[in-house]
Amino acid sequence: MILQTPIFAAMPEVTPGQWVVLTGAATNVACALLGCFLVLRRMSMMGDALSHAVLPGLVVAFLFSGSMSILPLFAGAVACGLLTTFLIQTLHQYGRVPSDASMGVVFTSMFALGVVLVKKFVSGLHFDIACVYEGTLELVSLADPIGGLPRPLFTTLLVLLVNLAVLVLLWKELKLSSFDPALATTIGISATAMHYLLMTLVAVTAVASFEAVGSILVVAMLIVPAATANLLTDRLAVMVLLSAAVGVASSVLGYWAAAFWDTNIAGMMTVAAGLLYVLAVFLSPRYGVCSTLVRNVRMSLRVLREDLLAMLYRVEELGSQKQMTAAEASEAVGGGWLVGWGVRELVQKGRILRDGERLQLTDKGRQDARQLVRSHRLWETYLVQHLGMPLDHVHEPAHRVEHFINEQLRQELESEIDPSRQDPHGRDIP
Amino acid sequence: MSTVAFEIHDMTVAYQRRPVLWDIDLTIPEGNLVGIVGPNGAGKTTLIKAALGLVPLASGKVEIYGKSYRDQRRLVGYVPQRESVDWDFPVTVNDVVLMGTYGRLGWFRRPGRPERDIAEKCLEQVGMSAFANRQIRQLSGGQQQRVFLARALAQDAQLYFLDEPFAGVDAATESAIVDLLHTLRSGGKTVLVVHHDLQTVRDYFDHVILLNMRLIACGPVDTTFTNDNLQKTYGGRLTILDEAAEAMRQREPLR
Amino acid sequence: MTGLSLTEKVMIGTSLLGGMSGVVGCFAVLRGRSLVGDMLAHAALPGVCLAFLLMGTRNLLGLSLGALASGLLAIAAVTIIVRWTRTKEDAAIGIVLSTFFGAGVVLLSQIQKPGVGGSKAGLDAYLFGEPGNMLNGDLVLLTVVAVVVLVFVGLLFKEFQIVCFDTDFAQSQGWPTLRLDLVMMASLAVVTIVGLPIVGVILMTAMIILPAATARFWTNRLHVMLLLAGGFGIAAGLFGTKLGRGLPAGAAIVLTAASLFILSLLFAPQRGIVARLLAEYRLRKRIAREHLLRALYELSEAQLPELITLDLQTIQDYRYWRSLESLLQQAVEAGELQRSGKTFQFTPLGLRRAAKLTKAHRLWEMFMMQHVGIAPDHVDRDADDVEHLLPEGLLIELEQKLASEGRLPDVVEEVPISPHSLGADKATRP
Repeated sequence: MILQTPIFAAMPEVTPGQWVVLTGAATNVACALLGCFLVLRRMSMMGDALSHAVLPGLVVAFLFSGSMSILPLFAGAVACGLLTTFLIQTLHQYGRVPSDASMGVVFTSMFALGVVLVKKFVSGLHFDIACVYEGTLELVSLADPIGGLPRPLFTTLLVLLVNLAVLVLLWKELKLSSFDPALATTIGISATAMHYLLMTLVAVTAVASFEAVGSILVVAMLIVPAATANLLTDRLAVMVLLSAAVGVASSVLGYWAAAFWDTNIAGMMTVAAGLLYVLAVFLSPRYGVCSTLVRNVRMSLRVLREDLLAMLYRVEELGSQKQMTAAEASEAVGGGWLVGWGVRELVQKGRILRDGERLQLTDKGRQDARQLVRSHRLWETYLVQHLGMPLDHVHEPAHRVEHFINEQLRQELESEIDPSRQDPHGRDIP
Repeated sequence: MSTVAFEIHDMTVAYQRRPVLWDIDLTIPEGNLVGIVGPNGAGKTTLIKAALGLVPLASGKVEIYGKSYRDQRRLVGYVPQRESVDWDFPVTVNDVVLMGTYGRLGWFRRPGRPERDIAEKCLEQVGMSAFANRQIRQLSGGQQQRVFLARALAQDAQLYFLDEPFAGVDAATESAIVDLLHTLRSGGKTVLVVHHDLQTVRDYFDHVILLNMRLIACGPVDTTFTNDNLQKTYGGRLTILDEAAEAMRQREPLR
Repeated sequence: MTGLSLTEKVMIGTSLLGGMSGVVGCFAVLRGRSLVGDMLAHAALPGVCLAFLLMGTRNLLGLSLGALASGLLAIAAVTIIVRWTRTKEDAAIGIVLSTFFGAGVVLLSQIQKPGVGGSKAGLDAYLFGEPGNMLNGDLVLLTVVAVVVLVFVGLLFKEFQIVCFDTDFAQSQGWPTLRLDLVMMASLAVVTIVGLPIVGVILMTAMIILPAATARFWTNRLHVMLLLAGGFGIAAGLFGTKLGRGLPAGAAIVLTAASLFILSLLFAPQRGIVARLLAEYRLRKRIAREHLLRALYELSEAQLPELITLDLQTIQDYRYWRSLESLLQQAVEAGELQRSGKTFQFTPLGLRRAAKLTKAHRLWEMFMMQHVGIAPDHVDRDADDVEHLLPEGLLIELEQKLASEGRLPDVVEEVPISPHSLGADKATRP
């Protein structure tokens, strides 16, 4: 039989620990491939629902086949997965039950049914339900190997390949039906069929993973790396690859941590995945909390620098020979701890000269300030002429917007307004 | 000089740092029916939500009879857009109208006989008494709108905000709503209505607010609802405003 | 309390729990948060374990507080994720659920190490509860919590109602919608946590969702829904325990609740599937009858006021019919037609009804053509609507137009009340 052929006969000796990591990683990748679509379709909880709802299917398969071999179990998973998906859809569409409640109703009932079947017809070690929950990654070994691999690894790799194949073959169908199911259906890609296919694969993957990592942790592996990848990229293909990578990373990290603290491996892998997610929340270059904060601070700083320059310019314009001190400038732009920083930056960039406590514009600084004041006064003129705003109301808005007006916008403004060289307050537009 | 019911000072409202309403400044005297008119995306619903404190203001302020909204809630009635509600929720028509009295009741108190009487009267005013025990999902669009109106009437306010009350209702409901508005006005109330049908503005309203992300004009219909102003309102968006808005969203001048 | 047998205690305990789960579950289901109960149930595990590790004993109150803290932390985490990141709510719930549970599994494996004092049965008990172990202390706790929760719900009924139904409107009235939302979630958390050690994770999830979803089928009023949900919860607890001899108690209770759900789904009046199918059937029948009467009127119109007899063939050829014979028979039985062999004639009653229907139909046609510009063969409206939906002035104008074309049927106004109640057809309006 083809399954008996040792696939990795030529591989060097693999330690049990390494088998564990490989199994965990394989499970993670198999799940991540599907998980991306679950997350994007907002069906994350279907992973949870399916992993509970397959229980009766497994029991029936076990009873029928009399053994725990793969094929009957997968068959049971497929059948149950289809049934669950169907029931949830029907309840929602015909029973008018809200979709989340439909999920809850179906999976808890089916799980209860499974528990009853187990207690009534099955007894013994093979079906210790708690293990279904927490998995037995620690016990992954070469006992009962298939193809030279530990059994859980073999089944997981099998499922991984199937998932990968489906993804590759049906990539554009899955992509389209995830983003625009209506459009997909109209061009002949049945969104419903895609949905059922995806759910069936999830059910099978869940079952394959139970042995190793237990059902709740399957949920983690389905969703968490995918959600992490979602925070890091906007492109679907990249997201799938990243989620697989994050999945593998969490397997490796989880295993080390579990070995270090001598605890449950699958649980640790989940925690590792969660921590990676949190890291992404903070550090994601585009969407992370930290990068947002940094951007906000940079913006405030820039606004502050520009306010300082503009103010110095206006003071010069008034013809006063007086030079502003740093303290006065600070108060004029509203104070705060950033001001000192702003002043320092301006000095560094050669926009102002600091002579003791007094500040003075350099030529470059004056140039920058001119542009800013020009933006301000152009905007004020625009507000008065085009939006009909009263004179005493235009300074505040212009003060806010001036920092975001670039040269092109200035030219547009100039072409729009009445070409006098003065702003509504009677001052020159530089 | 009539009392000022509603006033907005230099209000800018931004959504995710991008301004959707620029520096709105207007005054509405008491006892007027005011239409708020503008193209899609002009910010009409945003204007109402900002006035009610449902969205934060980036700058400026709103005053109702001279004070902030928070101090004047009792004086304000609100009819939101129909889409904003879960129509499958288990409430009857009567339940919904009673909700208008909840603000007055305060914490923990249940609606009693006086509140039920008010609800009954308001239902009568909109011609929906026969439907009092119907679940709201069973109503047509026009009937749902009337129920919402009845709820606002039950609030017994001085200033009313109605968001697209005429959208998708039948002709009979439309004339019923207009009659109701006139009754309110004769009672000295002020009503602001987001309206989408230019043809009926002159017939329905005394004042009009023309809006397209910024205020084009605000004033009596005769002098304000002119072709010139309509051109400015519907003549397309000001690209300058769009570009500035986008720059502000990205936090720096566009490259 | 000591006079009660264990079985009685279990029944009382599960009934109390079922009752309050049903009540708080209503708000969860109506707000689309059915699966938050699932999340709370799983997320409580690390809290329980930490409490055990800190206290060293199995003190129910202590463990419950730990679970509560963990659960509330989970809710906070979901709220923060949804607000700060682009991760959507369903994924957030899945992430928090699985990560917290994974952490719990890790902690549990620490507890189960020899010397720490936990037992291997720990996870089993947590997942499935130990309803068979109902202690007096448990009963007291359940009663207290039930009373507190019910008092809260009773006091805050109208506040919860308005916040759930129309959040914007509630906010505009000044209600603190966010805080009220949190109170609802907190009550959900408390009930879930209290129930966990007794009935386990899956059952708790089921009890939050099933009774509420079941109750929804029976009523359109919120307070009735709350009462019914409580009642169904109690019933599931009572009968599940009683009937489920030999079955695991938790599963039996879930299956009882599920049976109640299925029965309601099918047989509830108005919202049940059977009732809706029946209503649809009756509507189709009514419409077919109206078409018949109108067709017969049109065939007889020219000869009015003389009543001609029509034979089956003429009627058959006039337009498309489905089961014409039975339609005609129904009309005869309703007193609208007189039959002699294969010929039919209007009765006075039938003529009046037919005239009324035809008039309404033609008014609609006219309205559509004149005011909406639709071609006549595209028009087909429910007869009743026209008087209710068109303003008086318009109606008169249309009637005059019809009369001038000689197409205004003569309707005598002492027609008896229409044969169908207003409720039925409004309920099936799209």
